[in-house]
Amino acid sequence: MAVDTQTVEKLAELARIDISEETLEEVSHRLGEVLQLVDQLQAVNTDGIAPMAHPLEEEQTLRIDAVTESDRRKEFLALAPQTEEGLYLVPKVID
Amino acid sequence: MHQLTIAEIILGLRRKVFSSTELTRHLLDRIQQLDSGFNSFITVTEERALTQAKAADQRLAGGEAPALCGIPIAHKDIICTSGVRTSCASKMLDNFVPPYDATIVEKLNAAGAVTLGKTNMDEFAMGSSSESSYYGPVKNPWNTSCVPGGSSGGSAAAVAALLVPGSTATDTGGSIRQPAALTNTTGLKPTYGRVSRWGIVAYASSLDQAGPIARTAEDAAYLLSAMAGYDPRDSTSLNRPQSDFGKGLNNALTGLKIGIPTEYFGEGLNPRTAACIQEALREYERLGAQLLDISLPHSKLAIPAYYVIAPAEASANLSRFDGVRYGYRCQTPEDLRDLYRRSRGEGFGEEVQRRILVGTYALSAGYYDAYYNKAQQVRRLIKQDFASAFEQVDVIMGPTTPAPAFKLGAKSADPVAMYLEDIYTIATNLAGLPGMSIPCGLVDNLPVGLQIIGNYLDEARMLNIAHRYQQATNWHTASAIAV
Repeated sequence: MAVDTQTVEKLAELARIDISEETLEEVSHRLGEVLQLVDQLQAVNTDGIAPMAHPLEEEQTLRIDAVTESDRRKEFLALAPQTEEGLYLVPKVID
Repeated sequence: MHQLTIAEIILGLRRKVFSSTELTRHLLDRIQQLDSGFNSFITVTEERALTQAKAADQRLAGGEAPALCGIPIAHKDIICTSGVRTSCASKMLDNFVPPYDATIVEKLNAAGAVTLGKTNMDEFAMGSSSESSYYGPVKNPWNTSCVPGGSSGGSAAAVAALLVPGSTATDTGGSIRQPAALTNTTGLKPTYGRVSRWGIVAYASSLDQAGPIARTAEDAAYLLSAMAGYDPRDSTSLNRPQSDFGKGLNNALTGLKIGIPTEYFGEGLNPRTAACIQEALREYERLGAQLLDISLPHSKLAIPAYYVIAPAEASANLSRFDGVRYGYRCQTPEDLRDLYRRSRGEGFGEEVQRRILVGTYALSAGYYDAYYNKAQQVRRLIKQDFASAFEQVDVIMGPTTPAPAFKLGAKSADPVAMYLEDIYTIATNLAGLPGMSIPCGLVDNLPVGLQIIGNYLDEARMLNIAHRYQQATNWHTASAIAV
C-alpha cells in the first residue's frame, strides 16, 4: 500500500513532527511498507468479535479521592527548558 | 567475582568471602575497562553505587537483610531513577534527570540492591536490535559485529559480558526475551500488571511490562520477587497475592504437559535453531514432561496487530514530549507550532518518528475502524487461541527468535524485516501472558533461546520449569567472556 507524500505531510502535521523535504519520499516509502504489513488484518473475519483494549480485561480501579502526592512543583518546573515566575515559557501564541 | 550468579553472591556476602563494596568496586572497574567494546551502559553511577554498597555492607553486618542486599544490578534507561539521567536512549531525553524513582527502583533499593548504572537500549524501547540508541548501538558480547537484540540489548549485554549479575528490562513485544535469547541470558516478561509500570516511560501502555534479565532462572526469581507486587500508583497493576517466586524452583516436572505450537516451527525458522529447540524439548521429556502438539491459528496475525496497537498507543504516550515541560527544545522557535514540530522532529529518531506516524494514521478519522478497532478484535482472537491451548497444556514452548543474532546494520534499512524478529514473542504481549527465554544451545557460537509461555500469573511455575532444565543442562553457564 503506497502512502503519498501529501498524506505523510498531513500525518506529520497531526503528529507535530517536522519532516524535511529531503526525507519525505523515503518516509512515504517506509510508511507504505509498514501499512502493507498491517493490511493483512483486513482479510480476517472479525464479525461479532469484541475489541480487546486491556489484556486482562480488568476494570479500572478507582482510587479514594485523597491527595497522596506531595507538592513537587519546583522540582518539575526545574526540568523545563524555560520557565518564569512558576510558569512554563513558550513562544508568543497571540499577537 | 564477576562470574558469580546472584545466588552465589548472596552466599558469598553472608559468609563474608567478600563485601558488597569489594564486589561493586570490582564490577565498576570491569565496566570501565570493558564496556567501550559493548556500549551496554549509557550512564554509570559509580559514586552512588559505592554509597549503596557501603550501606548494604552495614545492613548485612547487622544480621537480618533481604536476599538482594548488596547485589549489584543495572536498570534499563527507560526506568526513572531519582537524580540520575533517564534518557530512553533518545536525544529527546538526553538532559532528563527525574526527581523520583520508578516503583521497581524503589522496591529494589529497599531490598538493598546496588545500582551500577543505566543500560543502553533502542530509543524509547522501539526496536529489536538495540541499534537505534542516540548513544550508539549495543554490541553482542558473543560477537561484537552482531546485535544483542532489542530493545533491552544493554541490559542483556551487560549480564552476558559479566559486567553485572542481573538487570531490569522492559518487554512490549519481546524486548526482554529476544535479547536474552541472543545473549545466552535468562529473561522473564511477567504477566501484564504483575510488575508496576509507575515511573517507567510509557511506550505502549497496554503491552509494556518490566521484568528481570539474569544468568539463571534462580536469579530471575530473586529479582522478580523484589520487583513484583501491587502498586496503587499504577491503575493497571494487579492486586493479587504476591508469590515467593523462588519457593518451588526444585519441584519435579513429572506429568507436566508442554504444548508445542505447530505455527512456531514453520517457514522462517532457522533449521539449526529449530534443532536446538527440539533437543531442549527432548530434555524436558527426560525430565518427565509430556509434549503435545497444539495450534495457535491466529499467531501469524500478531505482528500486524501489534504494529497497529503499539504505534497507536505510542503516538498518544509520546505526545507529552513537546519541548515545553521537559526534554529537548529546538533552538529559536518561530511560534508554538514550530516549537512542537522542530523539537519533536529533531529530538526523536527515525524509528520513533515512523511509529508515531503509523499510530497517528491508525487513529485518524476514517481509518480508526479499519485499523485500530480491527487490531483490537484480532487481539481477542489471539488471546482466545491461548485460552484454548491452556485448556490442554500447562505451558507452551518454542523458539524465542527465528535465528541467532544478526549482523549490526543488517536490518537497519528494512523496518519490516526487523519487525519479524519478534514473530514468536509478540503474541504473549497482546494476550498479557508471561513469557521467558532460557539458553538452550549455540549455533556458530551464537546463543539460541527456548521460549516458555505460561498461563496468567504462572511465573513461579515457569521459573520452576526453567530452573529444572538449568539443573539438567549447562547451556546457561556458557559464557561470551573468556575470564
